[in-house]
Amino acid sequence: MTKIWRRPETTTALLVLLTFIGGDIYSPKFPNVAYLLDNTTLSIETGLAALGMTFVIISGEIDLSVGSTLGLTACLFAKLLNGGIPWPIAGIATVATGCMLGWVNGVLVARLKLPSFVVTLGTFAAYRGAAQALMNAESIRIPPSLAGVDVLHLPGTAIPDELVFLIVMAIICGVVLGRTVFGRWVYATGSGIQSAIYAGVPVARVKALVFVLSGFMASLGGMLMDSRLSMAEYSHGLGLEIDAITAVVLGGTSIFGGEGTIVGTMLALLMLVFLRSAMGIANVSAEYQLAAIGSLLILSIIARNYVRRLSLSRERRMLSQAKPAQES
Amino acid sequence: MNRPAILVLSAAFVLVACNRGGSSDTGPTAQGSTKPTGLKVVYIPKSTGISYFDEIDKGFKQAQAELGYDYAEVAPAKADPTSQIPDIKDQIQQGVDVLAISANDKDALVPVLDQAKAKGITVITVDADITGNESHRDVAVLQTDAKTIGQSQIELLGSLIGYKGDFAILSAQSNAPNQNAWIAAMNDTLKDPKYAGMHLVATVYGDDEAQKSTSECEGLLSRYPNLRGIISPTSVGLAAAAQVVETRGVYPGGPHAVGGGLQLTGLSTPNQLKSFVTKGEVTKFQLWLPSNMGYLAGYLGSLIHSGKLKPAPGATFTTPKVKPDPIGPNNVVYGGPLITFDKSNIDQYSF
Repeated sequence: MTKIWRRPETTTALLVLLTFIGGDIYSPKFPNVAYLLDNTTLSIETGLAALGMTFVIISGEIDLSVGSTLGLTACLFAKLLNGGIPWPIAGIATVATGCMLGWVNGVLVARLKLPSFVVTLGTFAAYRGAAQALMNAESIRIPPSLAGVDVLHLPGTAIPDELVFLIVMAIICGVVLGRTVFGRWVYATGSGIQSAIYAGVPVARVKALVFVLSGFMASLGGMLMDSRLSMAEYSHGLGLEIDAITAVVLGGTSIFGGEGTIVGTMLALLMLVFLRSAMGIANVSAEYQLAAIGSLLILSIIARNYVRRLSLSRERRMLSQAKPAQES
Repeated sequence: MNRPAILVLSAAFVLVACNRGGSSDTGPTAQGSTKPTGLKVVYIPKSTGISYFDEIDKGFKQAQAELGYDYAEVAPAKADPTSQIPDIKDQIQQGVDVLAISANDKDALVPVLDQAKAKGITVITVDADITGNESHRDVAVLQTDAKTIGQSQIELLGSLIGYKGDFAILSAQSNAPNQNAWIAAMNDTLKDPKYAGMHLVATVYGDDEAQKSTSECEGLLSRYPNLRGIISPTSVGLAAAAQVVETRGVYPGGPHAVGGGLQLTGLSTPNQLKSFVTKGEVTKFQLWLPSNMGYLAGYLGSLIHSGKLKPAPGATFTTPKVKPDPIGPNNVVYGGPLITFDKSNIDQYSF
């Protein structure tokens, strides 16, 4: 059992349960499956960005530009559609742009060895500025046939298609991170760059690729946000990087890199959906909602460290008693 | 190793969900109303912490005192279109009857407002409409119409600067429908030969954030040293600009005033500008009574939801405190004329 307690996602899973029970006690209208499923559609874009962010943070870096990348690609997608370009082509161009924007971050970080915090702080402003220049501070509508992706459901159920899409992407990301050589390289890069280099990990390529992945995810989020809101404007995804980083860190990924999982990130996202819904339905004002999420982030880190120390000391105690472990 | 834990947790979820599924819907209790009617009204302003929307909220409470509905105000943290959507969804789930909202975007809210209407909720836009999508709400309660506002604001600034000189506009969000309608009306008014000497040199956007409004205003002063006037038709922008004008000392009679000085005017609640008017840094500015809008929306909500009023152009209704015009084209009701505030009358108002 010790191993389970030591896994960072376990704390997150417990917090999911706690927020669910809390929401349940708070308002009788909260535990409604259709409502909660519907509310997940508000967090799909954040979830996609958080998937990319998980790779970036595990590799020991950070990407502050995802919200801006999402905004810029969302605007580009809408512009292309309004220019009469068929949506599959517009979509491919948008995703390619997203990857390219991520690649710019990656190259600056990996090849020029600049700190990602500074690089992406720069592109955070630059990409948002580019979006504003592209849109001329106007909002534009997207064709009605492409609007409203959030109201599509699996036939006969209340499960939104968008949620299924996020889960599929999460499974792919989880497999890549946990079961492939690339995934191991990401962990190795974040655990210690020198030892990774000695072990033959192509560190620069890994770093460039995680940023490309982050840009890719952001561009998917951008298109989904366009469809959900039926319009594009330069402020799409404003502040989204903070929500994505919150989900990743709440999910047990170490901000110093080297550890973390996709399962943890997705659990944390679910918890944030629960928490926000519960407080929203109880008319908790926006300031308190932010304060609650912030406190929870800090509490979860404290709790996680505590639980870890506890299980580690228990293990040590058992070892020092020189008894063979009888764990199941 | 992790799988059993996940399984146990999922099982716990299902148990809790089932347990709750059977319990009855008790809903929130009436909030200090004298005559509970069971009607639930909610108002969603553009964002939290803007005193202007507190006035609208007061209007809803005045109507609540007379009508006895359940009332709550729920405000998003940021004034952007995405921030209001979760609030609307939560209110639908809560089972409100009347949803009043100051829309942050004319298009983005349409799908979720449709969701509300499909549940039988009466949807009213207050102060900021979903222009071009009017069929997706039942009725709108708006300030004085854009044309009157545009004319009044240009005339006010004109009278302050002798109808001569360069001026700029400091607005809120670039996509705020009401701001854009007023700015368009101001531009129309400027075509009048009476205002031929006045030149609009720039329109900038402070996003209804104090900090952004401040830096936009500072940018204006640096770029146009001979600026004679600024119109900021938003409380946040005008207060921020007044602070800048005070700091720079460019107000009429200020230490760094160029020529006759810079005349700052616009639309704001009187409280936010009181100190600047008293000190003489702002001479005159205007506003309608925002509480009238909340008050009328409260009445419209309960009349429409109970089926006593069918919202259609020409339909009439009346209230004890405000005598509104009949419902106009596109189901718009106006909240009243502009009041001009200056040193002589500003102390009579306390919002």
